[in-house]
Amino acid sequence: MSGILNSSIGRKFAMALSALFLMIFLVMHVSINFTSVFSEELFNEMSHFMGTNPLVQGLMQPILIIGVIFHFVMGIILEAKNKSSRSIKYASNTASDNSTWVSRNMLLTGVVVLAFLGLHMYDFWVHEMTVKYVEGDMSGLIDPNNAESGFRYYEELREKFVSPVRVGIYVVAFVLLALHLLHGFNSAFQSIGANNKYVRSLNGFSKVYSIGIPALFIFIAVYHHFTH
Amino acid sequence: MMNLTLKIWRQKDANDKGKIVDYPISNISPDMSFLEMLDVLNQELIEKGEQPVAFDHDCREGICGTCSLYINGRAHGPETKITACQLHMRSFKDGDTIYIEPWRAKAFPVIKDLIVDRTSFDRIQQAGGFISVNTSGNTQDANAIPIEKENADKAFDAATCIGCGACVASCKNSSAMLFVSAKVSQFALLPQGQVEATDRVLNMVKQMDDEGFGNCTNTGACEVECPKGISLENIARMNREYLVASFKG
Amino acid sequence: MSKLDSKIPEGPLADKWTKHKNDINLVNPANKRLIDVIIVGTGLAGGSAAATLAELGYNVKAFCFQDSPRRAHSIAAQGGINAAKNYQGDGDSTYRLFYDTVKGGDYRSREANVYRLAEVSTNIIDQCVAQGVPFAREYGGLLDNRSFGGVLVSRTFYAKGQTGQQLLLGAYAAMNRQIGRGKIKMYTRHEMLDVVIVDGKARGIIARNLVTGEIERHSAHAVVLGTGGYGNAFYLSTYAMGSNVTAAWKAHKRGAFFANPCYTQIHPTCIPVSGNHQSKLTLMSESLRNDGRIWVPKHKKDVEAIRNGSLKPTDLAEEDRDYYLERRYPAFGNLVPRDVASRAAKERCDAGYGVNQTGEAVYLDFASAIERYGKEQAFVKGLNVEDKAVITKLGKEVVENKYGNLFQMYEKIVDQNPYETPMMIYPAVHYTMGGLWVDYNLMTNVPGLYAIGEANFSDHGANRLGASALMQGLADGYFVLPYTIGDYLADDIRTGPIPTDSKEFDDAEQKVKGDIDKLINNEGTKSVDHFHKRLGKIMWNKCGMARNEKDLKEAIQEIAELRVEFYKDVFVPGTENEYNEELAKAGRVADFLELGELFAKDALEREESAGGHFRDEFQTETGEAMRRKEFQYVSAWEYKGQPSEAVHHKEILEYENIEVKERSYK
Repeated sequence: MSGILNSSIGRKFAMALSALFLMIFLVMHVSINFTSVFSEELFNEMSHFMGTNPLVQGLMQPILIIGVIFHFVMGIILEAKNKSSRSIKYASNTASDNSTWVSRNMLLTGVVVLAFLGLHMYDFWVHEMTVKYVEGDMSGLIDPNNAESGFRYYEELREKFVSPVRVGIYVVAFVLLALHLLHGFNSAFQSIGANNKYVRSLNGFSKVYSIGIPALFIFIAVYHHFTH
Repeated sequence: MMNLTLKIWRQKDANDKGKIVDYPISNISPDMSFLEMLDVLNQELIEKGEQPVAFDHDCREGICGTCSLYINGRAHGPETKITACQLHMRSFKDGDTIYIEPWRAKAFPVIKDLIVDRTSFDRIQQAGGFISVNTSGNTQDANAIPIEKENADKAFDAATCIGCGACVASCKNSSAMLFVSAKVSQFALLPQGQVEATDRVLNMVKQMDDEGFGNCTNTGACEVECPKGISLENIARMNREYLVASFKG
Repeated sequence: MSKLDSKIPEGPLADKWTKHKNDINLVNPANKRLIDVIIVGTGLAGGSAAATLAELGYNVKAFCFQDSPRRAHSIAAQGGINAAKNYQGDGDSTYRLFYDTVKGGDYRSREANVYRLAEVSTNIIDQCVAQGVPFAREYGGLLDNRSFGGVLVSRTFYAKGQTGQQLLLGAYAAMNRQIGRGKIKMYTRHEMLDVVIVDGKARGIIARNLVTGEIERHSAHAVVLGTGGYGNAFYLSTYAMGSNVTAAWKAHKRGAFFANPCYTQIHPTCIPVSGNHQSKLTLMSESLRNDGRIWVPKHKKDVEAIRNGSLKPTDLAEEDRDYYLERRYPAFGNLVPRDVASRAAKERCDAGYGVNQTGEAVYLDFASAIERYGKEQAFVKGLNVEDKAVITKLGKEVVENKYGNLFQMYEKIVDQNPYETPMMIYPAVHYTMGGLWVDYNLMTNVPGLYAIGEANFSDHGANRLGASALMQGLADGYFVLPYTIGDYLADDIRTGPIPTDSKEFDDAEQKVKGDIDKLINNEGTKSVDHFHKRLGKIMWNKCGMARNEKDLKEAIQEIAELRVEFYKDVFVPGTENEYNEELAKAGRVADFLELGELFAKDALEREESAGGHFRDEFQTETGEAMRRKEFQYVSAWEYKGQPSEAVHHKEILEYENIEVKERSYK
């Protein structure tokens, strides 16, 4: 067991585990977001729960942040090692004949998604943190002094998607996330050693997931943009 | 008959910097094998008093795994499931420009021109690619342990690896996972291989890492370019074997 | 008394090996550590010997010219390996395998050696399975067998079309284990260029590092050559490009006798030569003859029409085809042994019936098999057995299941679809039964110098049966040499390391360097291949499938002249201090140019037809091979400075356990 993270396969395994974790997180995230399309109330309640529940905030949130950072840092480490494994490049290389663009460009798609994540954090998370922990307002109300003012989450969400630029960035980022997942989903299973007839039967599901989840995110953003 | 332009990597020895050199070549028959086309070029170079292009080759029937050319951006050239020696000139057309480069990987240093040193593969096998059984003449009868046909066939499919290195050459990460996993899988699928399974996979993977091969990112290029069609399933099996072994050991 | 003592143990045939093993000297484990053994060549014989000797405790140094021991040409063997396991319960036994092998060898092999081979054959299969060699299995999980080369039992074990590869990987794995333990020191990309004899014993070799060009001295208490056959003397053959006679020839020049050089196996089912650029021939497995029918057109006008493309072979009427094997050998038909099938193809092509541009090809036709299997399948599936399209489709499926990979390989090379049009085949040089003379212990007449596998002459007589080469290589390396070499080395436990600074090593190194200097500094104008191709033409035309006195005499002279021309006019580019394939090739061709002459001389001396050696003058009225009792001996040639001056020694072959009969396949 010792030193497993120093081995190539161990690192891949860790990479895959963090990926699987993030993929589960995405499902949760999109589910909550989607409630905003049909029920302002439900969305607000769920957001408030997630935003104030000590277990979510104290345990899940740090794990998620560590998971994202780990996935990113390990990805960079692996990529650096892989790049150094070939010091002289081919003069002619037609990699498109034997592999997909997405499988070869996980770093690119990953970095774009990460950059988006920066924006996303700035938009929502930093704001949330400031309100809750700097200003000390844990009420989740539009007007903390007025219990009747209602939860602020839905309104804030609607506000963010007014800007066509932001929605545009959002759409691009999620297209790249879809690409990232199109390779990443199966790749994660392969890395943890699951490649048999059962896992291969997941192939169809992996496409549905990889395209479906980002598509839902995009749909939510576009929906709010045009219904504002 | 075809006229072609060859762009060939020339490198005098391991310390030389090396560069691509252009060679026009004419009157090439489509029935020639790719290596026979290089033979023709070399004869012309020798007649001119120049150094012929050094390239590895031996059986010329696709089984020894010696030939190792990166042709127009593909390991073993544009066709699949064959080695460079099985490639024929009918896969090209008159007027084509053909790039010919050596396998590129830190763990496969160039010896000369198109020849690389693949002894890293041997060292990986020496780390555990065997079953420890002495030659006594008193080994138990070959039919003492029946083996399920499906496993026997899969073990055979994994064992068909010829150790050419196309997987490494075509992998964007220069990863040797397909090669190593083929050997690990062959033994993992046979009852005879179970006893040493833990040490085998740990030691072979360690040696693979020490040799400077990159990491697998599951692009699947190796499987496409493998002349023997070794399946990615073997890599998954090795991952499994490795993880189990790590938690055990 | 001849100079040749075969050292065959006394006693009944079946007990000789056991008795011998009990009688010979052993080296105790502590002393084995003090003994070094050099093994040149890492194919089935060399690889298995290296691994086994290292397991026993000897210090082994192994050499191969390839970049890895795994690439030796044993990998190319497709069909299988024989063993008298009698798993099929069809009456096989050690005696029967022994009998088939001696008969197949046309009664020109040593009884005691062949019996031992048959005896240890079963151990090989046990050993390989224990090593994890993935032999083909039946649904019950037990090993599968197939029939091969016209014998009456199913004793051939196989791993699809890769039996040689898988067996070699087994030996390679066993070697790797010992390399990892430090008991084998592996020298890849090294070529042996001389044997060093000290006080009459083989004590080391001179080798060239093919990457740096450095000349190295390596000493040992014994030297083992497992360096394969010399079929590349013919230039075109199914051998690997690097296969060569150099190690064996240098040993010959240092005193080892060369036995039966003229016994060459010419395999009937190879892909024909397509043009002058051809560098190498590809074998199609013998198993194809189980279902393919061999034919040429009956009439010359059809031959012409086919050659110029105006007639397609599939359009030629049945009555205008000559299924010559079925016509000449009704009992065995297309399944006659290799030597017979090859000669018959040559006979038709020489008579002008060859079906390709070069006139050297015959058809191997699967149309009848496709129809036959198609009808069977249609019947089984309850479909209309008269529907041509259905039958053809079903038949092709059956043929694809059996031979799909071979058909695909053919199509890749020839660019014709063998399901639609008959394959073209022609015989090609495939294996050499001759080699260094060895005694029962596999030692040459030079003490401490051993030859194993195809490099020796011992077990196949004048013709080798299919699936026997793998058996012999592994038998020698795993189960024979490790015992017999101990008998010799028992005397060396107090010798200590052999120094490499002796006069003998100096001389050998000087000789090697001198030879290299001569080649590299030659101010010639022609490439090595130029000479190799010319040698190949002489060999093929005059020492090939059928030989006669006139041709052989011409060949001897032409080869001698070519050798002179070679040294005068060969051009080797580059220097000796670098990777220089042309230089390595030049050295090998120089040796082929000497061996070729001895080959022809041996063929001339052997005034009979036996197995792979056919003399036009010695045939029956119906054109079959005529073996002669007075030639029932092994020819062993002693080097005397020139091939022409080689001295002939005879080892008379006695058959006490087998009746010498005519081989008839009619």
